[in-house]
Amino acid sequence: MKNIIYGHFTDDHDLLEAVKALQEKGIHIADVRTPFPVHGLDTVLKLRRSHLPKVAFIAGVIGAVLMFSFQYWVFTEGWPLNFGGKPYSSILSFIPATFEITVLFAAFAMGIAFLLRSNLGPGSIPDILDEEVTNDHFQIILSEKDNTLSETELAEALEATGALDVKQVNTKK
Amino acid sequence: MQVSQVREPLINGEKSYENITSDVMAPVRAKPGKLWFLGFGISALVMLAGFAAIAYTVWFGIGTWGVNRTIGWGWSITNFVWWVGIGHAGTFISAILLLFRQKWRTSINRAAEAMTLFAVMCAGLFPLIHMGRLPLAFFIFPYPNTRELWVNFNSPLLWDVFAITTYLLVSLLFWYMGLIPDLGTIRDRMKTLWKKKAYNFLSFGWKGSARHWQRHESMSLVLAGLAAPLVLSVHTIVSFDFATSVIPGWHTTIFPPYFVSGAVFSGFAMVLTLMIVTRRALNLQEYITVGHVESMNKVIIATGSIVGIAYITELFMAWYSGVEYERYAFINRAMGPYAWAYWIMMTCNVISPQLLWIKKLRRNLTFTFILSIFINIGMWFERFVIVVTSLHRDYLPSSWSMYKPTWVEVAIFLGTFGLFFTLFFLFIRIFPVIALAEVKSVAKSSARKFIRKSSKKSKPENE
Repeated sequence: MKNIIYGHFTDDHDLLEAVKALQEKGIHIADVRTPFPVHGLDTVLKLRRSHLPKVAFIAGVIGAVLMFSFQYWVFTEGWPLNFGGKPYSSILSFIPATFEITVLFAAFAMGIAFLLRSNLGPGSIPDILDEEVTNDHFQIILSEKDNTLSETELAEALEATGALDVKQVNTKK
Repeated sequence: MQVSQVREPLINGEKSYENITSDVMAPVRAKPGKLWFLGFGISALVMLAGFAAIAYTVWFGIGTWGVNRTIGWGWSITNFVWWVGIGHAGTFISAILLLFRQKWRTSINRAAEAMTLFAVMCAGLFPLIHMGRLPLAFFIFPYPNTRELWVNFNSPLLWDVFAITTYLLVSLLFWYMGLIPDLGTIRDRMKTLWKKKAYNFLSFGWKGSARHWQRHESMSLVLAGLAAPLVLSVHTIVSFDFATSVIPGWHTTIFPPYFVSGAVFSGFAMVLTLMIVTRRALNLQEYITVGHVESMNKVIIATGSIVGIAYITELFMAWYSGVEYERYAFINRAMGPYAWAYWIMMTCNVISPQLLWIKKLRRNLTFTFILSIFINIGMWFERFVIVVTSLHRDYLPSSWSMYKPTWVEVAIFLGTFGLFFTLFFLFIRIFPVIALAEVKSVAKSSARKFIRKSSKKSKPENE
């Protein structure tokens, strides 16, 4: 992010209003940072729906197929055991382990996908502009590069929405 | 935003978002007091004594225990089932109550989930020790080996391995993912550089971006959906360990629902025991209110009543089935040499929770605290009754026997309490006990008086 302008609000309702006001002026919002998930913010920002549930579903299916076929293979090919002449592939008793592995795969695939997709992880250094964002500040970040307006114009627009401490930063990145 | 006239607030006192941050973070920021060191020290000592007893068992063998050929399961499996049961409340609260949109969960889910993790760790120890050869414990996992032998997927004991391992890992994931934003909050409040760095590492570089929150929310919901059946599956599978064998008193189809409700029952009792003390010690009375205690007590009445009905159904079916062994097993439970254990179980689990129908008692903290300990004791005896009294007299009177634990078994059991509390004491020092972001997200609609900090239009809400 180059030449960014940011300001904050101390209430989630004010934030939503401001985001709407800025969007009406045709200003593109680079990022919004909040201390907790603000209800309705994702629809206002028109964020695409997350694909994480799909990741979980696909990984779950893979887990289920792998675990089930593995058990089937163990009991028919790997080391068949004769339990009183019953069939080697006792499908019912494969279900508990298959279920557990399904959940395990789905949950972990989704967790890892979340971290990768959001660029989070051990050792990740975030570009924090204001430490109060994790406390009680709701921050709107605008970037000059995304908008036709100049830096000062953007700052004025942001201030007009009631944002506090509007600042301009030039980051090297 | 309006305050409901009917529901009591989830957060007492006048709170702004900033107040919530500083109140919940206070124990992490403050220097630990004498009481903390005392509690931590005692827990750590007890834990070490337990480990010594485990070492003693491994060195001299299972012969140091009171178990014999008739009663092979004794205290160890009793404790295992009991601890797994305790470990059911956390994920129940955070997953199932999330799906049911119960907002009151936000104040207790973090600590309850931590408790779940620690309880499952304690539980997992017992089968490992009980198998006798600890260094070979990895034999329980299917891995390609020189013997070309696989594990037996037909055995509920193996399903247990999968269930408990998955439960521990998924609960850990769920818990930690929820912690990430709160660890970010702590990072930004820390003054010293190394603490900032440490918490940044733990928080995975969280910055509160709207996109991240959106993904986080969607992930939490799906994780809750996955964890909900998982919680139910774990104790179901534990109950299969018993139900699929042919011992009278074990071989019944009622076991899975009966075990699951018993697990939630004992888990909530343990959460209450801990939270009533923790809220006081950490000054969180405004977040974990009497209303929260009452809600948990309601879950206790529901699950406790299911457990009571299960006991009575078992008795009825023993008589109605016409199987003389089954009948004898239950007559022996109620009137045999272990009748005392049976009646402790009946009193603590069936009669005592019914007192909670009285609203005054439900909202009385001292009473709830004492009752929760009674329930914990009762649920331990339930497992003891199921394991020991069913085994000690089965089909062959010539092999009937009695069982008494030795000091080694007692020490190992106490040692797991040490482990549990050591971890819990560390947890309250390092992590926020209350899910900060989640509490903030319900603060406006659920706080008694929410202070809206806005320079533009400063008017307090919820008046």
